[in-house]
Amino acid sequence: MFDKVWDSHVVTQIEGGPSVVYIDRHLIHEVTSPQAFAGLDRRGIMVFRPQNTIATPDHNVPTVNQHIPIQDLLSRTQVDKLKENAQKHKINHYGLNHPYQGIVHVIGPELGLTQPGMTIVCGDSHTSTHGAFGSVAFGIGTSEVEMVLASQCILQSKPKKMRITIDGELMKGVTAKDIILYVISKISASGGTGYFVEFAGSAIRNLSMEGRMTVCNMSIEMGARGGHIAPDETTFNYIKGREFAPKGEEWKKKLAYWKTLYSDEDAVFDRELNYNVSGIEPMITYGTNPGMGVCITGSIPAIDTIEENARASFQKSLEYMDFEAGSSMIGKDVNYVFVGSCTNGRIEDLREFTNFVKGKKKAENIVAWIVPGSRQVEKQAIEEGIDKSLEEAGFVLRQPGCSACLAMNDDKIPEGNYSVSTTNRNFEGRQGPGSHTMLASPLTAAAAAITGKVVDPRDFM
Amino acid sequence: MSIDKFLTIRSSCVPLPVENVDTDQIIPARFLKATTRDGFGENLFRDWRYDKKNQPIKEFVLNNPAYKGKVLIAGKNFGSGSSREHAVWAIHDYGFKVVVSSFFADIFKNNALNNGLLPVRISAEFLTKIFNAVEAETDTEVEVSLEEQKITLLFTGEWENFEINPYKKKCLLNGYDDIDYLLSIKDKIGTYEAERSN
Repeated sequence: MFDKVWDSHVVTQIEGGPSVVYIDRHLIHEVTSPQAFAGLDRRGIMVFRPQNTIATPDHNVPTVNQHIPIQDLLSRTQVDKLKENAQKHKINHYGLNHPYQGIVHVIGPELGLTQPGMTIVCGDSHTSTHGAFGSVAFGIGTSEVEMVLASQCILQSKPKKMRITIDGELMKGVTAKDIILYVISKISASGGTGYFVEFAGSAIRNLSMEGRMTVCNMSIEMGARGGHIAPDETTFNYIKGREFAPKGEEWKKKLAYWKTLYSDEDAVFDRELNYNVSGIEPMITYGTNPGMGVCITGSIPAIDTIEENARASFQKSLEYMDFEAGSSMIGKDVNYVFVGSCTNGRIEDLREFTNFVKGKKKAENIVAWIVPGSRQVEKQAIEEGIDKSLEEAGFVLRQPGCSACLAMNDDKIPEGNYSVSTTNRNFEGRQGPGSHTMLASPLTAAAAAITGKVVDPRDFM
Repeated sequence: MSIDKFLTIRSSCVPLPVENVDTDQIIPARFLKATTRDGFGENLFRDWRYDKKNQPIKEFVLNNPAYKGKVLIAGKNFGSGSSREHAVWAIHDYGFKVVVSSFFADIFKNNALNNGLLPVRISAEFLTKIFNAVEAETDTEVEVSLEEQKITLLFTGEWENFEINPYKKKCLLNGYDDIDYLLSIKDKIGTYEAERSN
């Protein structure tokens, strides 16, 4: 499948070098694009194919009071600059308060911009999310953003291919997030480096599109260039009727093509891995990279179970988290709960969280931030009464953005505090200087939000 | 537009024997708010380099006057996580020309090559040797020759070859710019688009 998409996008091959790969969709946001536009200005050129790029601010935006000007001047400058650049180059721009604004990786799929067989890039590593539709999608740096703006192409060496087949039926209370945290805990935060991953198997097939997005989203957390899933009826049903989805005859033509996008029986992969997830529990991380995860009733590994050359890093990580090797995860103190991001900020995530906390009360020691991934997610949540149910349980639905996933806006977890977060990275200081992050599913986050501790969500279901 | 040509470098080293150094450590997100490429070196490794009161943390290697040079030596899986090119700009702006590790994250490696920062991947054994040598003698020097794709530990003469894509090597040695190349094949790109829409 990877070759089918990649090869059909190679404009030319540089001898002994990378391929010139044509890009169908280019998403840009305020943080990694200004220097690329400045580059075009220095060269005195305009964007080559403005209709193939879509702009929206997400990384830096506040998640309250979006109707008033952004208070942080530097953030406001970046957001304004994005709008100015988009206008100058005639790029579609969904600014703050536009009904389509949101996290780039949430709006692409929900607007039907993300389609099977496409090449999709964005100056953000979680571009891998779009692979859930059978596209080849990956994150790029700002120099590469400039390449795409200037030529609609990118210079890229073809990665190796890995297939991860995940079979089995999930137990109650176990979600797509747990599958991917489980896989990363097995192959490590660097185990996928150099590869593009295809996720296959019955456990993947049984996931909704949103679940598949959560899985592909975190491919980068194992170091992979990207991850994707062959499109099927679930995919086609999701896309059909969306704003920018093909319509009429065009739909039929595209659908016929999309149905050819799968790995043939005799497809060869550089590496194949198989997992069965029938028995896995909800997962949670204890350390400072996403590979440091355990099942919720498990314990942090003892030092002597860690390979000798990895012990120093393991210990540094536990020192930062102020956790003891060998201690159990259940019962650990939590002060913050964050639900949102391109990993788990879609409507199904909000539903899952809300259904869990409905009729219960937020624990007093918990500060919770519930942030929808986009305006459309927010709108739907309000239509479904999710905001009301949240309020009754002591929570507030905020406004869309990347928020505390990377803490570029005001949503920073204060030093020394512990969060259970539905996001993708538990790096040192990721959610604010000195913050401690435990990654988990929206259900596990909900359970922590009502008890104020790390608990097994299945105990309440 | 041409970029600076990459010449052979002979320099002492700055050792950072930590694995999985992610780009959030190299440059935390709260410092990504600039709209230019300049000045990121000031905040390189910000939260490891300065404490809450913005006082330098003595133990951190960049605050140790014994270590200086244009070559950063780091543990495996360097540059993982976010695709932010600001991480490369920060390292480059600080004055490094080469990063040596036994393993680089993919996006970081591309970003580095696009900015004239050379990622040199060596074996875990040679990396340990360099760390040990630098620990023993802080002014240990290495020579990095892109032409020969070779890194040499000058005190002992031990060396190892490293790999680099031949196209990227040519670009770095000659100061060629990818975007100039892409602009030069615009007709070809147009032809590709036309053929595809048929």
